[in-house]
Amino acid sequence: MAEPGSNRAPETGAFFQRDRQWHPPAFTPGYKSSVLRSPQKALLSFDNTLSELTGPVFGHAMLGELDNDLIHNFARPGESAIGERIIVHGRVLDERGRGVPGVLVEFWQANAGGRYRHKKDGYLAPLDANFGGCGRAITGEDGGYAFRTVRPGPYPWPNGPNDWRPAHIHFSVFGHGFAQRLITQMYFEGDPLIWRCPIVGGIRDKAAVEALIAMLDMQSTIPMDALAYKFDIVLRGRRSTLFENRPEGN
Amino acid sequence: MQSLDRLKESPSQTAGPYVHIGLTPNFCGIGGVYESDLGATMVNGETKGERIELRIRVIDGAGAPLKDALVEIWQADAGGLYNSPAELRGTADPNFLGWGRQPTDMETGVCLFQTIKPGRVPFRDGRLMAPHISLWIVARGINIGLNTRLYFSDEAKANAEDPILARIEHRARVATLIAERQGDSYVFDVHLQGVKETVFFDS
Ligand SMILES: [Fe+3]
Repeated sequence: MAEPGSNRAPETGAFFQRDRQWHPPAFTPGYKSSVLRSPQKALLSFDNTLSELTGPVFGHAMLGELDNDLIHNFARPGESAIGERIIVHGRVLDERGRGVPGVLVEFWQANAGGRYRHKKDGYLAPLDANFGGCGRAITGEDGGYAFRTVRPGPYPWPNGPNDWRPAHIHFSVFGHGFAQRLITQMYFEGDPLIWRCPIVGGIRDKAAVEALIAMLDMQSTIPMDALAYKFDIVLRGRRSTLFENRPEGN
Repeated sequence: MQSLDRLKESPSQTAGPYVHIGLTPNFCGIGGVYESDLGATMVNGETKGERIELRIRVIDGAGAPLKDALVEIWQADAGGLYNSPAELRGTADPNFLGWGRQPTDMETGVCLFQTIKPGRVPFRDGRLMAPHISLWIVARGINIGLNTRLYFSDEAKANAEDPILARIEHRARVATLIAERQGDSYVFDVHLQGVKETVFFDS
């Protein structure tokens, strides 16, 4: 079976090892919730088996027409969400720089005032009756995806006495193998709150933080309608199987 | 020198307290955007295999179950085949994707999956692994999704020869990966910390 939406043969090599110095560690005491939720023992390392090399793939048929339009997918007919209209677009790539086609990307965010539509969010900023805050897309042949939304507001959160999250969009990404599964957040170029955020601060390498900051992309804006930000996401790449021993029964 | 030209994986960030908005919107009251929450139903009337229920909890370092976590599972079908383009050994049961997603209950912290018992899948060298289900856990306070496996208490013989379980140096910790059968359910507590800390994977 070819890869979804592709004439490329499916790749079956093991994934490159995760660079755990690049990711935030489990225990980041500046982010208080991590203190009791971080494993403390060594992880069990092993080369991927079929259970990690395989993973679910979703077809474009599952998508509704407005799934990638957060301005309208929760709004009453003829109405739209309040806020600065933006397009977020980019590619899902692997560590070899190749686009990853046919992967489900899900995103969620606060509204323009920084308020989530969730019973546990009690921030003063009002809900927007026309904004739900979730959307999804499936990458095309080149790994590209795009959606339309409003720019989320920053919001205060209970951690330190006065901690604020920078404006951000949460991303959940599937690859073609369960070991590629990733959740991350996209930040916006120029936001001074990025460098004050304890969650961002769990990432030790400045270059790694910068990999999560989307740039304003004037070439992709829609004049008189929406600004655009470009956000590429990189998933684990696979080792080549060209000269690999073929295990029995595989 | 030439460059190897490799990109770095995007760094992980926590799913946060509102992960439900994105991944299970119907569960948290955001109706009408998606028909149903993805991964909520894993089996239909045609799915082959023994029906089982998984009752999973995720427990923090103070002994309290997480009420805001999200768990995804990935497993083979009853014949031991994965429903994935990277599965080259045959075609999996078309009535079983093998993937499910559930939030932990906001009151009890229990997360329920209705699925089937998976068949055995070969290890890299062709030996059979014991039946198992892969887990991926995210929540507020978890900076990078946690991977582990659930094995079955009534598969003692297969578990004893499983090549992954065999790699666990401290043998008492093998028990952290074994769900206990109670009737038609398997009960599995994931401990994030402490003496009962679950064996998490880097694979
Ligand atoms: Fe957030």
